[in-house]
Amino acid sequence: MIEIIHLKKSFGEKHVLKDVSLKIPRGKTTCILGGSGSGKSTLIKCLIGLLHATDGKIMVNGHDITKINNEMRLAALRRKFGYLFQEGALFDSMTVGENVTFGLKYLTDVPETDYPRIIKEKLALVGLQADVAKLNPSELSGGMKKRVSLARVLAVEPEVILYDEPTTGLDPIMSDIISDLIIDLKNKLGVTSVVITHDMHSAFKIADYIAFLYEGNILLHGTPDEFRKTDNPYVKQFVTGSSRGPIQMKLMKE
Amino acid sequence: MFTAIGKYMTYLLSELGGATRMLQSCLFWLWRSPFEWKQAAEQSVTIGVDSFGVTALTSLFTGMVLALQAGNTIGNIFGDPIFVGTIVTFSLIRELGPVLTSVVVSGRAGAAVTAQIGTMAVTEQIDALYTLGTNPIRYLVIPRMTGFLFTLPILTLFSNLFGIVGGYLVAVYALNVPGEVYLTDITSYMGVRDFMHGFIKTFFFALMIGTVCCYKGISTRGGAEGVGKSTTGAVVTTIVLILVLDYFLTAILTAFGI
Repeated sequence: MIEIIHLKKSFGEKHVLKDVSLKIPRGKTTCILGGSGSGKSTLIKCLIGLLHATDGKIMVNGHDITKINNEMRLAALRRKFGYLFQEGALFDSMTVGENVTFGLKYLTDVPETDYPRIIKEKLALVGLQADVAKLNPSELSGGMKKRVSLARVLAVEPEVILYDEPTTGLDPIMSDIISDLIIDLKNKLGVTSVVITHDMHSAFKIADYIAFLYEGNILLHGTPDEFRKTDNPYVKQFVTGSSRGPIQMKLMKE
Repeated sequence: MFTAIGKYMTYLLSELGGATRMLQSCLFWLWRSPFEWKQAAEQSVTIGVDSFGVTALTSLFTGMVLALQAGNTIGNIFGDPIFVGTIVTFSLIRELGPVLTSVVVSGRAGAAVTAQIGTMAVTEQIDALYTLGTNPIRYLVIPRMTGFLFTLPILTLFSNLFGIVGGYLVAVYALNVPGEVYLTDITSYMGVRDFMHGFIKTFFFALMIGTVCCYKGISTRGGAEGVGKSTTGAVVTTIVLILVLDYFLTAILTAFGI
């Protein structure tokens, strides 16, 4: 289980995460909702150690990971986590197959002779044919890139998968396919998922729990049902996607 | 105005600090992880092949123009183009060979390195390396640094050779200096020390180009525009630093009698 306790993160004068406390239960999908600039990406980047928290704790299986400042131990921690990047972040100098097996070389002792089998297996898991392995990332569509990226995450068999806006930029059908995939992976592999998104449709479909992040604080944490029934005006406005309400979008970057 | 100067100085110092930390990190990973031989070999070949043609061409013509200028000037003063081989070779192996090759390598391969790493940074591929258990310093920077350190001295050797050949062609065919005279002028006045003077410089230039170009790449922010900015920034910085560094290296090496 992951427990975030009074987490704060500032970039200079800008306080992106003000006070975030959140419990992420094992084997469940937790969606973190929030508008642009609410600190969602910062939060999951702190979880995997890509960003260092300014203050607070992140407990993973009883260990506070914000205290780790040794590169080696941080690498060992990342072994447990998989991260699906928003644009896929596939290495464009490598083929799809090489991308999928990239983590195996550095994170596991799996012999190279097993790589072809793993490529086939993981691509099948995300609904892709084995012959995609020979293609270059530049030849793939947005949805395929995300799937290959997910296959790359799955190859190292992480306990927790962090999804950074998995449905953003995809058409509604492809979004739904990715949502189904996230549910499927949870059921098949029992992974803990943390999904940051502003796609309400997908969030209600995949989430066991939802947390709403607004201006660096968690405003509501509960089940999708609790979200539908809430009286909190901020959450209500976000769920209905209305331009009228207490949330006034900042049109200019601060 | 003072604020602007202060801001610029702070920026310069933070860049210097960042680059130094990256070098420190390189040393850390060099001892603690297996060396990426395949990557380093690939980078050496890429940097070498990328820059070879331009290096050959620039040094050939530099040798030619050196011979022409020296021959004409000396001819006007002494009535005979003497010591053309000595002047061409002396200028080339001590100064122009290393400096011109470094400028070409920084413009050709250095820019490519910054653009590639920069693109990886803005498309989150560097973050992806971290999440897949690989440190980008170890996987991207060290092999490229090795590439520069390995190829720049070799390219300089070729550059010197092409320059001397260019000088020979002009001396023999345009200035009517006998070929044997041109070559004797080289061998009788040039020593291993002169060669070493230029050759040692190339390692410092290579280290500097690798550091600046990789650091500019890794610290790239802000999409395609950011990649453009850091690439031009890397090339301009390296070219200026090559010339500045060249002066100090010359002073130090000369003080040591090299």
